[in-house]
Amino acid sequence: MDEPALQPTGPSRETAPLVTLTDVTKRFGAVTALNRVDLDIRAGECLGLVGHNGAGKSTLVSLINGALAASSGRVDFPASSADHALAAGVRSVFQELSLCPNLSLAENLRIAHADLRGWGWRRRAGAEIEASLDTLFPGHGIAADALVETLSIAQRQMVEIAIRFSPLGGAPKLLILDEPTSSLDAGIANQLLEAITRFCDDGGAVVFISHMLGEIFRVASRILVMKDGHIVADEAADHFTRQGLVDVMGHVATAPESDSEASPRQLGDVLVEQAGLQARRGEIVGLSGLAGHGQAEALARLYLDATSAWRETGTPPMVFVAGDRKRDGLLPLGSILHNISLSFLATTARWGLVDRASERRVGDEWQRRIGIRTQTLSNPILSLSGGNQQKVLFARALASAAPIVIMDDPMRGVDVGTKQDVYALVRAEATKGRTFLWYSTETEEVCQCDRVFVYRNGAISAALSGDALTEAKILEASFEMQESEA
Amino acid sequence: MTLFSRYRILLPIASLALLLAVTFYVQPRTMSYFGLNLLFNLAVPIALATIAQMLIIMVNDIDLGIGAFVSLAACVAATFLEQSPLIGAMIMAALILSYALMGAMIHALALPAIVVTLGMSFVWGGLALFLLPSPGGTSPAWLRAIMTVKPPLMPMALVAACLIAGVTHWLIARAGIGTVLRGVGGNADAVRRAGWSLVRLKALAYGLAGLFGVLAGMALVGLTTSADANIALRYTLLSIAGVILGGGEFTGGKVSPAGAVIGALTLALAASFLSFMRLSPDWQIGAQGAILIAVLAARLLFNGRDGARR
Amino acid sequence: MPNVLRRPWLWAWLAAAATFAATLALGSGRGAGGLAYAALSFGAFAAIVGVGQMLVITLGPGNVDLSIPATMTLSATLALKAMDGAPDTVLLGLGVALLVGLGTGMANFALIFLLRLPPIIATLAASLVYQSLAIWSNRGLRVKPPQALAEFATGRTLEIPNVALVGLALSIGVWIVLERGVWGRWLLAAGQNPRAARLAGVPVERVRATAYLSVSVFAAVAGFLLASFSGGAALNMGAEYLLMSIAVVIIGGTSIAGGFSNVPGIWGAAFFMFLVVSMLNTYGAGAGARSVLTGVIIIGIVIAASSRRNHA
Repeated sequence: MDEPALQPTGPSRETAPLVTLTDVTKRFGAVTALNRVDLDIRAGECLGLVGHNGAGKSTLVSLINGALAASSGRVDFPASSADHALAAGVRSVFQELSLCPNLSLAENLRIAHADLRGWGWRRRAGAEIEASLDTLFPGHGIAADALVETLSIAQRQMVEIAIRFSPLGGAPKLLILDEPTSSLDAGIANQLLEAITRFCDDGGAVVFISHMLGEIFRVASRILVMKDGHIVADEAADHFTRQGLVDVMGHVATAPESDSEASPRQLGDVLVEQAGLQARRGEIVGLSGLAGHGQAEALARLYLDATSAWRETGTPPMVFVAGDRKRDGLLPLGSILHNISLSFLATTARWGLVDRASERRVGDEWQRRIGIRTQTLSNPILSLSGGNQQKVLFARALASAAPIVIMDDPMRGVDVGTKQDVYALVRAEATKGRTFLWYSTETEEVCQCDRVFVYRNGAISAALSGDALTEAKILEASFEMQESEA
Repeated sequence: MTLFSRYRILLPIASLALLLAVTFYVQPRTMSYFGLNLLFNLAVPIALATIAQMLIIMVNDIDLGIGAFVSLAACVAATFLEQSPLIGAMIMAALILSYALMGAMIHALALPAIVVTLGMSFVWGGLALFLLPSPGGTSPAWLRAIMTVKPPLMPMALVAACLIAGVTHWLIARAGIGTVLRGVGGNADAVRRAGWSLVRLKALAYGLAGLFGVLAGMALVGLTTSADANIALRYTLLSIAGVILGGGEFTGGKVSPAGAVIGALTLALAASFLSFMRLSPDWQIGAQGAILIAVLAARLLFNGRDGARR
Repeated sequence: MPNVLRRPWLWAWLAAAATFAATLALGSGRGAGGLAYAALSFGAFAAIVGVGQMLVITLGPGNVDLSIPATMTLSATLALKAMDGAPDTVLLGLGVALLVGLGTGMANFALIFLLRLPPIIATLAASLVYQSLAIWSNRGLRVKPPQALAEFATGRTLEIPNVALVGLALSIGVWIVLERGVWGRWLLAAGQNPRAARLAGVPVERVRATAYLSVSVFAAVAGFLLASFSGGAALNMGAEYLLMSIAVVIIGGTSIAGGFSNVPGIWGAAFFMFLVVSMLNTYGAGAGARSVLTGVIIIGIVIAASSRRNHA
């Protein structure tokens, strides 16, 4: 509520960085998301931030904008000597939008700008947002009194950006744009890139995250490459070539040999065919591409279309292994056994009553096969570590007799040992004739599949198999290599 | 997008106009100052209670205790406010404050509003029984005078309804703070990120609801001249129905103050209307339910595919 | 902490026992046996509707049936009217009551599922219609239940009130379904995380429909018994059971957030709610004090439950 007016930058502060990170580390439990990072961002800079999913990009910007606190190290704002990001003029355009859908543009601006009050605030807010939109996106055609919920996704994104660019009683000093063009078409994205360039020319600073390498090269004056929580490259933009950038991001070393020892499997008829996605009996089909490009949605749609919320058919046609355990998988109040047995309860039940002996037997068998580390399956599910919870979800799916197994990025936060166990299990089950549809954000994982569909912007951009199935090809198909005008 | 989903207020207005037209047709004598007064006689306290409920629904909660609270306010108005206005006013202020505290507590402890307000309904009801173990009390003369004043052209109930709609529309739909409060219902995270304190905002919403609940109790006593502990219990359900009839939704901060008042008028009119019909008066309640279902079904038709997403 | 202390039903039963003792200590005029008998009789009705409400509340936030009082009244009215006091019509009456329950349950869920109304507003609007149906069919009628039925409802078997036996039988049935049945597992899964349940193959909509049908049938049975117990149907006979049904569910240890239900706790809570009133009556407290105390207790229990949840 109290956003103090920004002080004019004195001459002595002209050269001080807007934000300085000193030896910053961020840990989530045992996972180190960001490891001893040092970074300065100065006025006039446009920093392109690239890296794989989970490389630490989001963590880094969350530390800069104050959404997360560092586990160790310091975040300072030397140029303004402000003690928090909001006062230092740091503004963020979040991936999940921070607009209230039930309010108009002007009203949303009012929420971001607490000092806007008194008679006629609505008119002034309207003028402010219109001016910002006009500057950024000439010819945008969005009225200041339109409700956000009536706008298209792209228009909402434009409004979100415009609000962060508007003065709001001060002046934005550092703008963090996290994939701002993901839902904009080429023309609008182009307008935004021009606006970013203007903003930096006028002395503002920008952190720009994008998977469109063309965009990065157009606007960035400096490129920061992140991998596994480290900054692995930080140089002026003209030191990079596109291919060089892809190489720095990805793993250069590849070990495809481990694959060849697996005996080739006989693939059967086509079992799944939906929106270009295809899978044959006994096949392990990978879905790849950058996170959030429609893979999870395609899998959820496939599953929901094939099953019913009313009928229960004995052996289900397919089962689902969730990667977002909390949202899609776990029953948080249940025991481990109850979480496992949900998929096959109905097939073993008599008179509608659970056959507890066979439930226990199947549970024990899968605990042994998949190695769930617990004393008894009666323990609550939340007593397990994340990796073991994920094993429970695998056990749930594989314990049923379903011929098709859908896996929605199931290896998030899972340790290496568990991964190896699961890879072996998946191969064994596929040999027995089960079909797997496997979305993973880790490229070396999908390289073990028989065939890989790469998604970009909600559609399949490439289908790779055999010798064409390499990490480099997947990366190439995930990133937009052309200029955004194309 | 259809006309009705663009202008959310049209459907409540259309429902009210239709009902009013039918009433006039069935009983032409109601088309007069006196007739209108009779039709909308009890609408003012219902409208105020509906606004109170709307303020709670606006921040994605629900209040199952507003009926008991209005009853308590009515009992205070018929006893303390009449006998010693200063103490009466202080009690009313304390009631409003306790509503604000309830809102802050619900947010700070992450309690389910539906249960807390339900529990509080027992408290309000018990306190009302302390004050008036049996029906009684007297309306303060000034309150009685306000509620029975005969303004020119339009009866008191309609003038008051317009006034309530105007004031709350300004407060919630126009003023900055009302906008922020609606923002809490729409996307609480965004409001928090912009630097607002959600606890304070929730307390404010609940406090305002308390204020309108108190006003509803006072208006009710002004009309009925006496009070009892159960006088307004049915307002809990009526107020929820009024908000939804007026185009509001349970989640997402989508509420309309003017719509809520119109919804309350519709409910009051439906009751009066059915007493004019040859239909048994026993059907009044059921007709209210049927009207509610019909309007909600109409909303679904008019809102079309937007609402059909699952 | 020993296992028994973690049983969610424990607190309701302890509270009931404490109020029982406190009432006796003050000399209620009737002995322990008499007090227990009364608690069993009156608690049974609250327990039956509470068990039904519990199934719906277990479905998770926003799920609640506000049409319980109307369904009780409608079922009692129509059943008594069908029997018309004649002997040998008890089964007919029960059949009518069950049909009423099924009918209101189906109507409620149709509004929720087809019109996509929030359950609160759907059951509320529908209850107004049921209420009118009851008023209309009850108009000018003062039908007494058949002699045999009235005797059964007020009678006892092995020193236990028959209504309590019916309630216990229903509760044990629900308990078995919840603890041992596939449907119970599905209900708990749908309540904990509907999306995860759907993705694990649970027929979530069917579970929801069954829950809403069950609560209506339970309310109908409770209304039928209550009318037989009290010598006739009255239009306001269900009124107090709206808040009561929700209160006993929460005090009994069922989670308002869904996914966890508890049958024994409901009986403890039902006894407790009756005994608190008896105790306060014994102490000479007025209706006001009784009500205030009830409210404070409900909120206290919700706060305690939520802090336990947050610390867990």
